[in-house]
Amino acid sequence: MDAPLIEFRNVTKRFGSNTVLDRVNLQIYEGQVTTIIGLSGSGKSVMLKHIIGLLQPDEGEILFRGRPIAKIGRARKAVLFSQISYMFQGNALFDSMSVYDNIALPLRETTRLSKSEIDRRVMARIEQTELTEAVWRFPSELSGGMQKRVALARALITDPKIVLFDEPTTGQDPVRKNAILSMIAQYQRKLNFTAVLVSHEIPDVYFISNRILALYDRQIVFQGTPEELENFDHPFMDEVINSLEALQKELTGLYSQRQFKMLNHARMKRQSAEVYGVIVFSLQEMNTLIPKIGHDAAQEALRNLGLAINRHFGIIGGMSTRRNTNEFITMLPHADLAETESLLREFVKDFETQTLDVLKDRTCRVAAGDAADLAVLAGIAEGRNFSDVNETIVQAKMKQHEIARLRCAASGENR
Amino acid sequence: MLRWMLGCRVVEYYRQIFGEARLMAQALDANNNMKATRKDTGLRLMSRPFAKVGRLVIFGVNHLGAAAIFLFLALSQIFRRKQFAKIIEQIYFIGARSISIIILVSLFTGMVLGLQAHHALVQFGAEGAVGSLVSLSLIMELGPVLTAIMITARAGSAIAAEIGILRISEQIDALSTMRINPMRYLISPRIAAAIVSFPILTAVFDLVGIFGGYVSAVLLVGLNSGAYWHSIQVYVTSGDIFDGFVKAVVFAVIVATVCCYQGYFAHMRRDSHGAQSVGLATTSAVVLSCVLILVSDYVVTSLLI
Repeated sequence: MDAPLIEFRNVTKRFGSNTVLDRVNLQIYEGQVTTIIGLSGSGKSVMLKHIIGLLQPDEGEILFRGRPIAKIGRARKAVLFSQISYMFQGNALFDSMSVYDNIALPLRETTRLSKSEIDRRVMARIEQTELTEAVWRFPSELSGGMQKRVALARALITDPKIVLFDEPTTGQDPVRKNAILSMIAQYQRKLNFTAVLVSHEIPDVYFISNRILALYDRQIVFQGTPEELENFDHPFMDEVINSLEALQKELTGLYSQRQFKMLNHARMKRQSAEVYGVIVFSLQEMNTLIPKIGHDAAQEALRNLGLAINRHFGIIGGMSTRRNTNEFITMLPHADLAETESLLREFVKDFETQTLDVLKDRTCRVAAGDAADLAVLAGIAEGRNFSDVNETIVQAKMKQHEIARLRCAASGENR
Repeated sequence: MLRWMLGCRVVEYYRQIFGEARLMAQALDANNNMKATRKDTGLRLMSRPFAKVGRLVIFGVNHLGAAAIFLFLALSQIFRRKQFAKIIEQIYFIGARSISIIILVSLFTGMVLGLQAHHALVQFGAEGAVGSLVSLSLIMELGPVLTAIMITARAGSAIAAEIGILRISEQIDALSTMRINPMRYLISPRIAAAIVSFPILTAVFDLVGIFGGYVSAVLLVGLNSGAYWHSIQVYVTSGDIFDGFVKAVVFAVIVATVCCYQGYFAHMRRDSHGAQSVGLATTSAVVLSCVLILVSDYVVTSLLI
C-alpha cells in the first residue's frame, strides 16, 4: 500500500482530567474515502479537529505525507491547510449571510478571483447541490437537508484536496442521509479528493467507504475495508455495529450485509444441501438519472424499491439486503429457479400496481423539456451451497433484465 | 514596519497562541490551578481570604494581558487587504446608526446643563459664564463619556452578542478552517470603526449639547444670546477640544476591545455554557466597558491636566 497521506502516531488528547484519545494510531490514504465509526462522544470529531489544526495533540504527532505537521513551517502549513476543507457537524453556516454569500465567502476572502469568476464557480456549485431555489435565502429559512447541502457546497467551493466531513448526515431522514452520502461519493469520484467521514450511518456508509476506522475506548481498534470489518472479532462489534445495524433494520426493514450473511449461513448450515434462489435488483443508470431528477428523488426511488422488495419477500420468508448504493439482493430459501421466477413475476405485478404510482408522485421531477427513465432491473439464479452465494449473486446479476419502467416527463405526462 | 519594530518573533508567538485561543485558557487554568487541593490546615484556612484576593488579582492581570495581545493582534490586521469595505460597514453600524440616540441624549444633557448653570450662576451675577460652563463640561467630560456609554449600550452589547453567537455556533472555527483569520475578519474592522466613530459622535454630542444649552438658557430662561456664544468663543480652546477627542479615542479602544474580547471568548467562560454564556458575556461587556470608561476617564484627565 502507498505511504499514508495523513498519519496519527500515538496521539493522546486530554481535556482536563478526561482523556479522549489515548495513543491513537491511524493512517489515511490519498484518494480514498475513509470513515471513522464509533459511539457518540467517543472522540471522533476531536480526531478530525486535529487534522485541520483546530486542536493540537497533548502527546504524539500527526504526520502529513510522512512529515510531522508540528515541524512544518508556517508558510507551508498555511498551504497545507488551504488544501483541507471541513464540514462541521452543525454546519457552522454564517446565519447573517445568504446561501450565495456563505458559499462565496472562502473565495472572496482567500483568493484574488474576479467577481464574475467567483459568481460562475458559486452558481455551478449551487446547481450541483440542487440549491438554485434557495440562493438568496438565509440558513435559518432552509430545511436541515438544505443546510447540509449548503455546508457541502461551501466545503467544496475551493476545490480542496482533502475534505473532512463531521457527521454529514446527522439529523436527516433515511432518504436524505443516503442522498448526502451519494452526493459525497459522486463528488469524491468527480473531484478525486481524499474524504474523511465521521458517521453513524451503518451500513449505508460502507457503500461509499474504501476504509473504515473504528474508534473504541479512546483507541483505534480497527483499520481496514468494510469487508474486513465484517470478520472483525472484538467487543466493538457487539456494542457498536450490532446496535446500529439493529436500528437500521428497524427503520428500513432491510438486513445489513453482515446480518444477511450470518442469517443465511446459520440457515444453510442446518440444511446443508438445500436449494435457494437469489434475485438481484437494481435501478438502471443511476449516474445519468441523478442529474435529471436530483439526489433526493433518486434516493427516494431506491428507498421505495427497497421497501417494496422487503414488503413482498419478507412475508414469504425471504431475506433482503442492500448490497451497494444501487443494488438489493433477496435470498429465497428452498426456492428453485422456477419458483424464484414465479415469485419475481408476482413481485413485478405487485410493484406495478402499488409502487410505481408512489414513485411517480415522489420522484418524477424533471426540468422543463427534459425526460428521465426509471428502469428497474432484476436477475435470478439458483444456488445450492451457501459458500458459493457470491457466485450465485454474480450469476443473477448477469441475467438482469428490465422488469419495470417509469417514464418521467416535464409536462407531468408520466407513464 | 510595525512588525519589524516590535520584533517579528514576538508577533508570531502571540499570533500562534491566539490562533488556538489558548491564551485565555492559560489565564483561566492558571487561576484554577491555584485552587489548592491539599487538606486544609488552620493556617491555610486563615490564609484563604488572602489567597482569594491573590487569585482575583492574578486573574485580572492575566485577562488584562490577554486583552492587550488581543488588541495588538487586531490592530496589526487593520491595514490588510479587503478590510476597507468591512470597516465602512462597521462605521455605519457603530457610528451612523448611533447618531439619533446621541442627538437625543446630547440635546437633553445640554438643556439640563444650561438650566442648572443658569440657575446657579445667576445667584452670583455670573450668568455670562453659562456658555463656557456648558461647552467645557460637554467638550472635556460629558461628551466623550456619555457618547462612549451610549455606544456601549447600543453597539457594544450587539458586538459582544454577535461575536459570542458566532463563537458558540462554531462559525469562528469555520472561518479558521477556511483560512480566514477571525481577528482580521471580525475584530479588526470593529476596532477600527470604533476608533473612527467615537470622536465623530463625540463631536456631534458636543455640538448638539451646546445647542441644547442655548435652547434652555437663552430661549427658555432668557439669557442674552450674545453672552452665551461669546463666553464659548472666549473660554473654549482647541486644546480642550483635542483633550476631548483623546478621551474619545481611548474610550473607543476600550469599548471595542472589551466587547469583542468578551464575545470572542464566550465559549471559555467557566460560569456558564451555550446561549447563557453569550448572555453573560454581553452583560460583562457592557458593565466592564462602562466601569473602564469611568476609570480611564480619571486616568486620562489626570494625565492631560
